[in-house]
Amino acid sequence: MSLLQVKRLTKVFTIGSIFSRLKILAVDNVTFEINEAEIFTLAGESGCGKTTTARIILGFEEPTSGEIHYKGKRIDNLKTEERRRLLKEIQAVFQNPFSTFNPLRKVESYFYDTLFNLGVAQEREEARRIIEEKLEAVGIAFEEFCEKYPSEFSGGQLQRISIARALLTNPKLLVADEPVSMVDASLRMSIVNLFKDLRDKYGLSVLYITHDLATAYYVSDRMAIMFRGEIVELGPAEKVLQEPKHPYTRLLRESVPEPDPSRRWTTKVVLADQEHEEYLRTGCKFAGRCPNAMEICKKESPPYFEVNGVQVKCFLYR
Amino acid sequence: MEMLRTEQLKSYYVLEIFGRKRIIKAVDDVNLSVGENQIYGIAGESGCGKSTLLKAIFAAIEPPQKIFGGRLYYFVDGQAVDVYSLSEEERRKLRWRFISYVPQGSMSVLNPVVKIKETFKDFIESHVKGKTKDEAYEMAKVHIRELGLPVTLLDAYPHQLSGGMRQRVTIALATVLSPKVIMADEPTTALDVVTQRGVIQLLRDIQKANRNTLILVTHDMGVHANISDRIAIMYAGKIIEEGPTEAIFNNPTHPYTRYLIRSLPKFGDRMRRESVPGSPPSLEKLPSGCAFHPRCPHVFDRCTEETPALIECEKDHMAACWLVQEGKR
Repeated sequence: MSLLQVKRLTKVFTIGSIFSRLKILAVDNVTFEINEAEIFTLAGESGCGKTTTARIILGFEEPTSGEIHYKGKRIDNLKTEERRRLLKEIQAVFQNPFSTFNPLRKVESYFYDTLFNLGVAQEREEARRIIEEKLEAVGIAFEEFCEKYPSEFSGGQLQRISIARALLTNPKLLVADEPVSMVDASLRMSIVNLFKDLRDKYGLSVLYITHDLATAYYVSDRMAIMFRGEIVELGPAEKVLQEPKHPYTRLLRESVPEPDPSRRWTTKVVLADQEHEEYLRTGCKFAGRCPNAMEICKKESPPYFEVNGVQVKCFLYR
Repeated sequence: MEMLRTEQLKSYYVLEIFGRKRIIKAVDDVNLSVGENQIYGIAGESGCGKSTLLKAIFAAIEPPQKIFGGRLYYFVDGQAVDVYSLSEEERRKLRWRFISYVPQGSMSVLNPVVKIKETFKDFIESHVKGKTKDEAYEMAKVHIRELGLPVTLLDAYPHQLSGGMRQRVTIALATVLSPKVIMADEPTTALDVVTQRGVIQLLRDIQKANRNTLILVTHDMGVHANISDRIAIMYAGKIIEEGPTEAIFNNPTHPYTRYLIRSLPKFGDRMRRESVPGSPPSLEKLPSGCAFHPRCPHVFDRCTEETPALIECEKDHMAACWLVQEGKR
């Protein structure tokens, strides 16, 4: 069953001064849904709009147009009090765990604040019990965690602690924005495995936002590839990454350096010199770099075509 | 032919905070030998001493970093030069012409208020005697063209270029004097996958064309698999495994390397993978014996007491582990 629905979401940013104003479509007509107990990945390069999408879902940013529905109810135009209540259901984990927590405050104080402010616990004893339970779920001992400041933990530990904090309210959806990109390679899998375990044990849904296609493949059920504000391909992770259909997905997939010395790159890539031009393109935004570009690609923006259970925004599948 | 060698190189940070002296052993007894026409990779997690090692090899050390022993040799025209016995002036002459260095986050080294060409002119002028501005500009143009980058970027300001293009400009800058050895510290870390591939392509093209040596530091094992000829794995300031790329990936020997290689997610295989248990140690308070022993599943008494040396575990492949020394692996 679908938990979160994002419908035709658009966000326009205006950059530059009054003399040279430039409109950037950071998120352009994005539609997807996340089911219960599902890990859904939004993947793409920097500037593709994945973080902006997450920020709109979390209510940090207002959409220019489009709607977001949670359990069938519209949530993109909530009042402060309702938004606060929704925080119990949707929680977030961010990229850098060291900037998530104030270095001068003990980490546990965030836990008590979350519990009391959102009315999950009334007394300290009850709060402590909940904290112990959530820390156990992420594999951190309560004794190790008490009375400590953020600098006393390693990046991997602190990221797991910030996930434990997000779990305090028993949320249904976790929005994780690049949760592993600051974590050492040797500890990365412990975070990603945690998402899988939480999904299987508690039925938690995760919106996993990343540029790392290898972990996306490993952890996600379904995924969407974004490019310059648009979703270009959406479907089961296995299909999107193992049989990429959109030429951009193919380029991305080929460009991931594989940890296997027998599979080195043999071909070369062309890079975009002027990135902002791609946002302003009419027609398909990838047409300038696409090896399969046709006349129509430069004029019209392609609709979504369904190929073998995958949505592809490309005229090749007309 | 050998281009560069370190012998028992030790480089520590000495800090004094509130009158308490702290010594951080970031590079401890490192023996490294890098050959001509080779791409040499150095891997390890953050805080293991990779960047400190590069700075020590570049011989441009600033306090609190200090050299505490060992030797560093450059092989200039086949002649061994003991770098730390030279005067600062003699060392300065070798820098950028024999050995060059692309530091971490080097996208931000470009002066934001002058055009790229001014940076190139200043750089060439200050390192090559008797070049006029015009000659330096010509040299920059030829070099940029050779690297397949658009010459128009010389007229751009740094902020007009994308991150990937800026990174390629700093690589062009570091290689304009045709150094024999190029060192790059995490050159692709902040870049997107496609851009990363472009930057790696550029580094490899430069290396192929000039047949010089490239020392590449990154924590990304995928990048190493793709480009490095040999790899050294660092853990807590020491090299714990060293060998040809194929040997490191196909037959990792040290328990840490095994975890590192096996935890890498691969396309087409969604089997559960486990991280290295525990957390990396602090370089200030290193565990006794083998620094990896608190995280190691095969630990036995000797590991906690003595530090294992780097010895050959198969032909041309070294590891520092008591399991190897005692013939158990």
